[in-house]
Amino acid sequence: MSKRKPYTRELPNDWWMKQLFYTKYMLREGSSVFITLYSLILAWGILRLSQGEVAFNAWMQALQNPFSIFLHSIALAFALYHTITWFSLAPKAVDLWIKGKRLDDKIIVSGHYAGFVGITLFCLLVIIL
Amino acid sequence: MSQKIIEIDILRYRPELDDEPFTQVFEIPYNADMSILEALQYIKDHLDSTISFRWSCRMAICGSCGLMVNGVPKLGCKAFLRDYHPKKITLEPLANFPIERDLVVVMDDFIKKLEEIKPYIIPVKNEEGKTKCLSDGAYQQTPEQMEKYKQFSMCINCGLCYAACPQYGLDTKFTGPAALALIARYNRDSRDAGSAERMKIVSQEEGVWGCTFVGYCSVVCPKGVDPAAAIQLLKVESSKDYLIGMFKPE
Repeated sequence: MSKRKPYTRELPNDWWMKQLFYTKYMLREGSSVFITLYSLILAWGILRLSQGEVAFNAWMQALQNPFSIFLHSIALAFALYHTITWFSLAPKAVDLWIKGKRLDDKIIVSGHYAGFVGITLFCLLVIIL
Repeated sequence: MSQKIIEIDILRYRPELDDEPFTQVFEIPYNADMSILEALQYIKDHLDSTISFRWSCRMAICGSCGLMVNGVPKLGCKAFLRDYHPKKITLEPLANFPIERDLVVVMDDFIKKLEEIKPYIIPVKNEEGKTKCLSDGAYQQTPEQMEKYKQFSMCINCGLCYAACPQYGLDTKFTGPAALALIARYNRDSRDAGSAERMKIVSQEEGVWGCTFVGYCSVVCPKGVDPAAAIQLLKVESSKDYLIGMFKPE
């Protein structure tokens, strides 16, 4: 008679706390919570804008609240973390070959940063002008 | 000079005796040249002959001796005591697989997945449904064409990437890193015409879309394969198929 009795280990709920790599991954994924919050606040602002100047100014006023500034700082930190880690992973999803050689990872990553800076400057110009 | 000692904790499980795994501590003479696999062999030869572990080639070719070293998937033959001494080492069977006995895991699911993806070249067929005849000569390939899939062909099926994949740990229905990388290996081969068959596996829920790009599979691979990249490239292919399918249903 077989004495086989394979033992299956349960994945503990805190699996992502036990390995720094997993923790960083969960932070990257978790950034979405704060980015969602930020987007909702922004969408709320657009709604208030459609309701007239008084409503929009009240929304702007609410943004001056220390809690709001705190929340936005965290969202910014998470957005930057997500951006940086995502850009560093970008070469894995790019399959560009030039003259029989795969495009260097550095070029792909710096291309992303160049695009990021370019679009940021463009948005800044649109806002200022 | 007294002999240096290193402490090794091993997670043991003897199905005929134990209801669940337990940790057994061993102390062995430390030697800077010694691999984890050699340490296990020392334990089996001198301290406890009942301990079970898989091994074969001793040189990172066969992919048999995968295990968790301090929680990180490694090949026993490619990890050395010197990188841990004087701290102790904890050895456990590969994570995300059921334990057969001690450090031996049940890999049936992994092997089944490797088989499912048709890991062989499916040649082009002519109008009569026949493949090229041997007398017509070999299938030729340029170095450039080989470069497209070469790194994905270095896989030794050790299963470390499955032990590193939390998505596989959470749900073993996920096709997983090595099998998906192997799909990329064959789909990217200029001699192969089986992409359409394999894309069915790629595009299903348990295929590439089960991957959330944790990326640890590529970190732990002992052969420098990048399964995370293979999966992202297949996601691109799967999306293309989906888009084309919307306009041109088969």
